[in-house]
Amino acid sequence: MMKQTLSKQHVKICPLNELPLQVGKKIVISEHEIALFRLANDTVKAVENKCPHKQGPLSEGMVSGDYVFCPLHDRKIDLDSGEVQKPDDGCVKTYHTEVVDNVVYITL
Amino acid sequence: MTKRKLILIGNGMAGVRCLEEILKEAPDRFEITVFGRECHPNYNRLMLSSVLQGDTTIDDIVLNSYEWYKKNNITLYTGETVTGIQTEKKTIQTDKGKSMAYDDLIIATGSNPFMLPLPGADKEGVIAFRDIKDCETMIQSSEKYKKAVVIGGGLLGLEAARGLLNLGMDVDVVHIMDHLMERQLDVTASTMLKAELEIQGMNFLMNHQTEAILGSGRVKKVTFRNGKPVKADLVVMAVGIKPNVGMAADSGIETNRGIVVNDYMETSAPDVYTVGECAEHREMVYGLVAPLYEQGKALAKRICEKDAGKGYEGSILSTKLKVSGVDVFSAGEFVDDPTVRAVRIQDDFEKIYKKIVIRDNKIVGAVLFGDTSESRNLLNMINNETDVSDMSQVNILQTNDGNSASTVADMSDSETICGCNGVSKGDIVSAIQNDKLTSVAQVRDCTNASRSCGTCKGLVGELLEHTLGDDYDSACEKESVCSCTTLTHEEVVSEIRTKGLSHTREVMNVLGWQEEEGCSKCRPAINYYLGMVHPADYEDEKESRFVNERMHANIQKDGTYSVVPRMYGGVTNAKDLRKIADVADKYEVPLLKLTGGQRIDLLGIKKEDVPNVWKDLDMPSGYAYGKAVRTVKTCVGEDFCRFGTQDSIGLGIAIEKNFEKLNTPHKVKMGVSACPRNCAESSIKDVGVIGVEGAWEIYVGGNGGSSLRAAELLCSVSSDEEVLETIAAYLQYYRETARYLERTSHWLERVGLEHVKAIVLEDTQARIELIERMNTALANLKEPWQEIISDYKKKHDLFEEKAITVSDN
Repeated sequence: MMKQTLSKQHVKICPLNELPLQVGKKIVISEHEIALFRLANDTVKAVENKCPHKQGPLSEGMVSGDYVFCPLHDRKIDLDSGEVQKPDDGCVKTYHTEVVDNVVYITL
Repeated sequence: MTKRKLILIGNGMAGVRCLEEILKEAPDRFEITVFGRECHPNYNRLMLSSVLQGDTTIDDIVLNSYEWYKKNNITLYTGETVTGIQTEKKTIQTDKGKSMAYDDLIIATGSNPFMLPLPGADKEGVIAFRDIKDCETMIQSSEKYKKAVVIGGGLLGLEAARGLLNLGMDVDVVHIMDHLMERQLDVTASTMLKAELEIQGMNFLMNHQTEAILGSGRVKKVTFRNGKPVKADLVVMAVGIKPNVGMAADSGIETNRGIVVNDYMETSAPDVYTVGECAEHREMVYGLVAPLYEQGKALAKRICEKDAGKGYEGSILSTKLKVSGVDVFSAGEFVDDPTVRAVRIQDDFEKIYKKIVIRDNKIVGAVLFGDTSESRNLLNMINNETDVSDMSQVNILQTNDGNSASTVADMSDSETICGCNGVSKGDIVSAIQNDKLTSVAQVRDCTNASRSCGTCKGLVGELLEHTLGDDYDSACEKESVCSCTTLTHEEVVSEIRTKGLSHTREVMNVLGWQEEEGCSKCRPAINYYLGMVHPADYEDEKESRFVNERMHANIQKDGTYSVVPRMYGGVTNAKDLRKIADVADKYEVPLLKLTGGQRIDLLGIKKEDVPNVWKDLDMPSGYAYGKAVRTVKTCVGEDFCRFGTQDSIGLGIAIEKNFEKLNTPHKVKMGVSACPRNCAESSIKDVGVIGVEGAWEIYVGGNGGSSLRAAELLCSVSSDEEVLETIAAYLQYYRETARYLERTSHWLERVGLEHVKAIVLEDTQARIELIERMNTALANLKEPWQEIISDYKKKHDLFEEKAITVSDN
């Protein structure tokens, strides 16, 4: 694990190829519950694992392009901004991710 | 009584619509002959831009097929132009040397594109944008050439430009004014439109006056009075239209800009009428569909000697259209002047602009850009001269706050739904009720609503829903699979078959999906269709499955899962019950519940426990989560029941074992009852079997869910084997022809029981082939729980979570 500072923590998650393509993964880091996605273009996105609508676990949702569809009521959420797409409203927290030497890191 | 001879000159939208009105008023009054210059039946000129944009084919835009002319005993001469009229002798001549007498004559020659008299305008590659031939020329040019110049920044020019962009050409749009579409839009809306179109790839030369078209033979360059010359392989002139009145004028009929008519569309010559773009009424010449159709109605009443009332009194101009994907509406007076005040809303983020122009407390005009949902309301307020002094601005500009469902209910019967064809809410509702209409297409065919530009289809759908309640199945109306594509379910399946597509990404790519990776609606559908078409080779894509089907368990509101093991025919035993009880203890299952399908549901299982629960249960998946064959519910039957005449349990188990694991467009529930008391509720199942003395009756299309429907009798057979075969053929036909997520009840209503009987029961060859394909599908199924338990990677990918602890050192 990399050296962590109090303000920003850079957390090593796993090797990239451990993440299945286009299927989410739930990651729990201390009090954070995060949905991690490896998109078709091999970029990795991370958002809070809770749909703002009824707290659906986004890690179980269907992934298309840069969006995830909540498994409970099909809310469409932009994985870059965390914004719920119209006609619905809301926003989930997003986390910065990085892939260095094929290892995935999340900044908390 | 002999019929009067009616000749229509011009086979276009206004003239033929007028004929339709005449046939409605007096079907047997006339012997009708039509002459048309183009070699086509009447088609929808408004849709030419869609043909150009590749959304539609020429066949799709035909409004009146050749059969229609035949059916109504109308003699049609296409490719033949009328060259002269002798109003005193009441005869006409054509360019093919025909001479014909008339009792009544309608001139509907429309207009010609206005070609700028520029030097070089006659060169090859200089065309207008008016008819099918122009479209074909543009498509052909795009295959050979790269650079197009469109002269004219009005609606027509922009549509042509958009089409040419779609055909892969580079496009310059030349406009003589400062602003695009200045006749429909104010400066703000026009500026927003220009910005949007520039993003789409159009290049604008504003304030440019074309000087000449250069090139030897074919066009090469366009030069301007004020600006640098540009290269051009194709020039489309879209500067306007002028009424086609030459022949009428030469024949001595009074013309000005158009052929002059009174309020009953009568010209200066006796028994000669005119309608459409060539008519000039109270000094106005109209180029939009709605006024032309209103004129047609007035003319029909007069020519049929019906009470024509005040006739035609002119129209308030309004346009609602889509320019290159942007919704635009304008009506009445929309330009600011000292006598008016305006309410404006502008949102640069959502790219929405709305302006309502008010004079003396009445709305006199409006411009909407980006969101035209209030256009109908506004137009009604303009037409009715509603006093708006009491209304707040917000009320005038009702924002869509989700109450749109009730809007049709709130409308008065006289309000217009289809502006193009002047069809009111009352007209549509009474047609739905009197003619028992159930679809937008039927309403269109019966009332003409939504037949021209099509933007009111949604409202017609709402009216159907409002009028019919639950009888209206909007699923049948949703034409495309989802917003990623314009293709219908049927089109996607047929493309998969004909193009041999074998992967979801390939389907979306080859068929031009707007979202590269699709969405949660189309991906599962495509995945299903691929599996259905290629049962042996297709590898199911778990990432295109909805969570329940990916995890083979039902997700619950708290993110836990429920597990339902298979319990064939609802029959269990002490050993299985003990296993279930042990699993419930071991994993502290919060709730054990009997399901409606006669099985046991273990609810509230944590995700990471799910594969272990399966392993300990050691029973097959009950598929309680799937768009698949679920269960076969059975009654006790002959072994114990004093009424039972048949072995319902035995047959139920046989059916369930035969069809378990089968993917279907939507869930399929079955039941077998041993007597007509029907304890297994067979008559509300997708497939329900009921035992009678010496036979099994097979019922289909029942539904006990959100839309209750009684199953209908498909057939009666005498052996268990015939039951299995019939279900095989029936379900395979459903699998192949239903739209994804269409239950058998809706599917059966759509295609009709008689049709299904003809295929599944009567056509022996089709039945055998369906059963064979069903057997292939069944032979390629795997038990999913076992598969995941024994596949480390799958199990890991789907069920494992990761916990990481970080210390705040």
